[in-house]
Amino acid sequence: MVMRQAIGMLRGRATVPLLLALAGCNQQQSALVPFGEEAAVLRHLTVVMVAGAVVIALALAALMAWAVRAPEGRLGLRGGERLILVAGGVLPTVLLLGLLAYSLPAMRPRAVAPADLRIAVTGEQFWWRVQYEPAGAAPVTSANEIRIPVGRTVLLHLEGRDVVHSFWIPGLAGKTDMIPGRRNVMAVRATRAGLFRGQCTEFCGLSHALMAFDVVAMPAAEFDRWLAAERQPAVAPAGAGKALFLANGCGGCHAIRGTGAAGAIGPDLSHLGGRTTIAAGMLRPTEANIAAFVRHPERFKPGVRMPAFPQMSEAEARAIARYLKGLK
Amino acid sequence: MSLHAQDDPGLRHAQEERLRAAWKPPEGWLRRWTDVNNNRVGVWYTLTAFAFMLFAGVLALIMRTQLAVPENDLVGPNTFNQLFTLHGSAMMFLFAVPMFEAVSIILLPQLLGARDLPFPRLSAFGYWSFLIGGIFVLGSIFFNAAPDGGWFMYPPLTTRTDLSGLGADIWMLGLSFIEVSSVAAAVELIVGVLKCRPPGMRLNLMPLYAWYILVVAVMILFAFPPLIAGDVLFEMERLLGWPFFTAEKGGDPLLWQHLFWIFGHPEVYVIFLPSIALFAMLIPTFARRHLLGYPYIVLAAVGTAFLSFGLWVHHMFATGLPKISLAFFSAASQAVVIPTGVQIFAFIATLAAGRVIFSTPLLYATGSLAIFVIGGLTGVMVAIVPFDWQAHDTYFVVAHLHYVLIGGTLMPLFAGLYYYWPLVTGKKLSDRMGRTAFWMLFAGANLAFFPMHLSGLMGMPRRVFTYPSELGLGGLNLASTLGAFLFAAGVLVVVVDMALSPPRAKAKRNPWDAGTLEWLAHPDDEDWGIRSVPLIETRYPIWDQPGFVAKVDEGRFFLPDAEEGRRETIITSVLDARPVAVLRLGTPSFVPMLTAIAVGGVFILTTYHLYWWALASGVVALGFILRWLWSTAEIPEKPCKPIGHGLELPLYIAGPQAPGWWAMFITMLADATAFSGLVFGYFFFWTVHTGFPPPGAGPGAAWPMIALALTAASWGATLAARELHRRGGVAPARLLLGAGALLSIGSVGAGLAGPWLSGLDPAAAAYPAIVWTLAIWTAAHAGIAAIAQLYALARSLAGRTTPSHDADVGNVTLYLHFLLFTAVVAYATIGLFPEVA
Repeated sequence: MVMRQAIGMLRGRATVPLLLALAGCNQQQSALVPFGEEAAVLRHLTVVMVAGAVVIALALAALMAWAVRAPEGRLGLRGGERLILVAGGVLPTVLLLGLLAYSLPAMRPRAVAPADLRIAVTGEQFWWRVQYEPAGAAPVTSANEIRIPVGRTVLLHLEGRDVVHSFWIPGLAGKTDMIPGRRNVMAVRATRAGLFRGQCTEFCGLSHALMAFDVVAMPAAEFDRWLAAERQPAVAPAGAGKALFLANGCGGCHAIRGTGAAGAIGPDLSHLGGRTTIAAGMLRPTEANIAAFVRHPERFKPGVRMPAFPQMSEAEARAIARYLKGLK
Repeated sequence: MSLHAQDDPGLRHAQEERLRAAWKPPEGWLRRWTDVNNNRVGVWYTLTAFAFMLFAGVLALIMRTQLAVPENDLVGPNTFNQLFTLHGSAMMFLFAVPMFEAVSIILLPQLLGARDLPFPRLSAFGYWSFLIGGIFVLGSIFFNAAPDGGWFMYPPLTTRTDLSGLGADIWMLGLSFIEVSSVAAAVELIVGVLKCRPPGMRLNLMPLYAWYILVVAVMILFAFPPLIAGDVLFEMERLLGWPFFTAEKGGDPLLWQHLFWIFGHPEVYVIFLPSIALFAMLIPTFARRHLLGYPYIVLAAVGTAFLSFGLWVHHMFATGLPKISLAFFSAASQAVVIPTGVQIFAFIATLAAGRVIFSTPLLYATGSLAIFVIGGLTGVMVAIVPFDWQAHDTYFVVAHLHYVLIGGTLMPLFAGLYYYWPLVTGKKLSDRMGRTAFWMLFAGANLAFFPMHLSGLMGMPRRVFTYPSELGLGGLNLASTLGAFLFAAGVLVVVVDMALSPPRAKAKRNPWDAGTLEWLAHPDDEDWGIRSVPLIETRYPIWDQPGFVAKVDEGRFFLPDAEEGRRETIITSVLDARPVAVLRLGTPSFVPMLTAIAVGGVFILTTYHLYWWALASGVVALGFILRWLWSTAEIPEKPCKPIGHGLELPLYIAGPQAPGWWAMFITMLADATAFSGLVFGYFFFWTVHTGFPPPGAGPGAAWPMIALALTAASWGATLAARELHRRGGVAPARLLLGAGALLSIGSVGAGLAGPWLSGLDPAAAAYPAIVWTLAIWTAAHAGIAAIAQLYALARSLAGRTTPSHDADVGNVTLYLHFLLFTAVVAYATIGLFPEVA
């Protein structure tokens, strides 16, 4: 890893990746490793401001060291007042006006067209309701995972259902709060495909730390195929899982398209088997994990709204897990 | 009494005996707690705030231990959320602000050559409130009942009783109680700076610390009340279900965010400016010269205070507000750099111009400036809106705010600790331990917080009790944890140094050879504060006024005696410090403590929904307050007394020259600010909801207008009473005061009749809830007016108010002015606005 970063440095893509390498190497949820145009602009801004800050901090430290050592009267009354006014007043004014002029254009929102894909994301304790709303087609509901097409503008409609959450995919763009009773809009465009991660950044209760999601940036054509498939009812694998799922009343909260389960309280589970995580970014979607979560969700996510099913046998939970894992 | 009279050692000795007797502290294991002298109350206050800081620091260490490695399970989310909520809340409300007030209570009289602050009992009340409230809030964590919604307490998470428990009420009510005591201390400090300066100390000769106290106390006055208004709405929602912050019922969670940050941002400067003030005192001492740029520093402090009220939205850049307003607040946030820069460069220029003696306090001062500068620079970064969208609510901001608060509050306080320890105890702290501690603190702070910049940008949100190892944040977090423990060890060294202080030998008087007035303090200090109140001609009188110390000590200045055995200090005019009166000060008493207990009872009992007990506690509190007031503004046994040099000053003053009038005026400014927070709520709903106010649903215009007319009549009666009374018309004045009280009570009824008779259900929607709130607020103030009018009447009947001694009537009239203002705004808003909207 360090080797690769060193090569990257030789190519002139300097210090930021190197620091990342030293600190470990998270490429998935980092403002310093952008995969979207917005985040790339912000990383550039970050690098420029950090450089400026380092220069100013060092200059001030040097000045302070000089001031302490300077012999008495090195600075006269007039000189001192001039230092105060120029270095303390005029210089910051000029620098900051420059910084504002340079930086604030970065907050101009991206232009959007009516045909752009809209994704409505609602934050709920402690998961994400996701609805794809392509222009001219019926919406497709999903949860806890966001897929976006590379190179296309995507409009995110963000709301909080119960409490305030905040929607942050550092590699894609800055964060936007999800506030009950308000809808915030964010337009983004991914620049490269890959698996990334986002997380809730407004403290939202007991499991705030456990409210994340994967972001899959896909080539546009692949995304279109995926959305078309996602729109279809789930293809249920054979087994007792489906009957157990319905018999335990899971359908009261969860929907699985093409079955009787149409609950809208918890995450939509259609095509759960196709997702990269379960429990809002917390667990790999293995059968064992799903089974364990079904019986005791509070062990993985304190404060979760889903009730525990301790009376459910291990075998039953496994059967349900196999069924859910098979929903592709 | 002339200069020569003081040549007589016998006379001086007799004077000292009288002063000593008047200022004798109360003794006995219980009675000693009735003390009100600023020296002792200030020290209790400081030690308590310091202890709360240590407690909050331990909470942080537990958090850092939990976060040392990914996926740790030392504490669960339930505990962790309480830890970070309490850590932030305690550091802000129980340490930073009270510490400023505590230190100021110790220092201000010394800086001003006053014997004590104008209202010593108010300081004591503030202290006891602080102690009770602090223990109540902090103790909750031992019962697993601490607040867990973050120090910002964003609704709806915190207002929904199904999502948050008792902790939210403990936060709201416990800290509201402390906010009230903070405002009380602010009143005390403002009046102290404005009215208790020594003769000749015009505003532009004031020590800079006093300027900063004035600025910061005024900021508290305008910053805390919006939060108190928010607290009122918050608890109405939690306890009674009035939906101010519930979107489905026409409320808006953002209203709280506005009210909180209108408080929260000035708060940052409230805790930062006092530290700059400490620098402004110690840097000239160690640069051996006057501070360069005095007027610029004063302007910068005032400018910072002014700007700080215009940038709260930079805490809300991610809430989706219109971009244009974000740009405005971004620019305003940048603008704060300018006055801050002026202040920092004034210190640098002073150091460069002077002959620097590098002492331990100066080491802390320069070290903390270095840390603060880094926090300031990252502050500029997060004030840039698009960058903040990345950094907001991540560890980058945790790093930023800790750099600012450690460099701008904590380390400067340690500088002040090493500087002023001899002033308070007569002994110096150890230079060796001080410097060791400094380097531990400096290295610890940087090791703990520098890596957080990176962990934040690498995707670590704030307020997470754990993080997955795949994020690669383990190394950075481990470094932060090690740094935190190194920092804590540094604090421990300071604590040990303090603990080792008592057996050490006394230092010489004015051990740093400083030039400002507070260093008149003697290692074997007497409780009278200052032997005689000096005439001030320069900013550094000990350096620049010949024979100054000896003249003070020999009682050659003003008020060298306590002939009547009373505690006294000189009251001067606000601008040019001409002596105008001698103020008789409050003496030791149980009343401040008992009042604090009773007022605390109201808040604490309400927390547990014991409303009847809370009401009873409130009645007791009112009784104590009236009992307390009854002893004030006493009619002196003689109209005037000589204070030396042929000056004769009155012992009683009323109106705008009197400290009591100023205290009333300032308190009512704070009250009006809280009220405007509620009015802001009303109009905020109007701007965010098209159907607000709902047509035809209001209380109508009639009852509000009747209530307004009754209030105006009550105001008129009081005004007439004051004028007639002043001209000797005691009987008609009494009649008018009685009638005024009846009119006030009438306006209570009429004010509540509007929403009552129109059947507004405050639990149904935000509109009726805010209408009811405005009506209740105004009615409650009218009820207090009735009590005040009856109080003035009783004082007159008891012979404690006479035409020549009418401060009570004047103060009640002042209260009625504010009541009328409140009533006009409130009743016009709820009665007339729906008609025009």
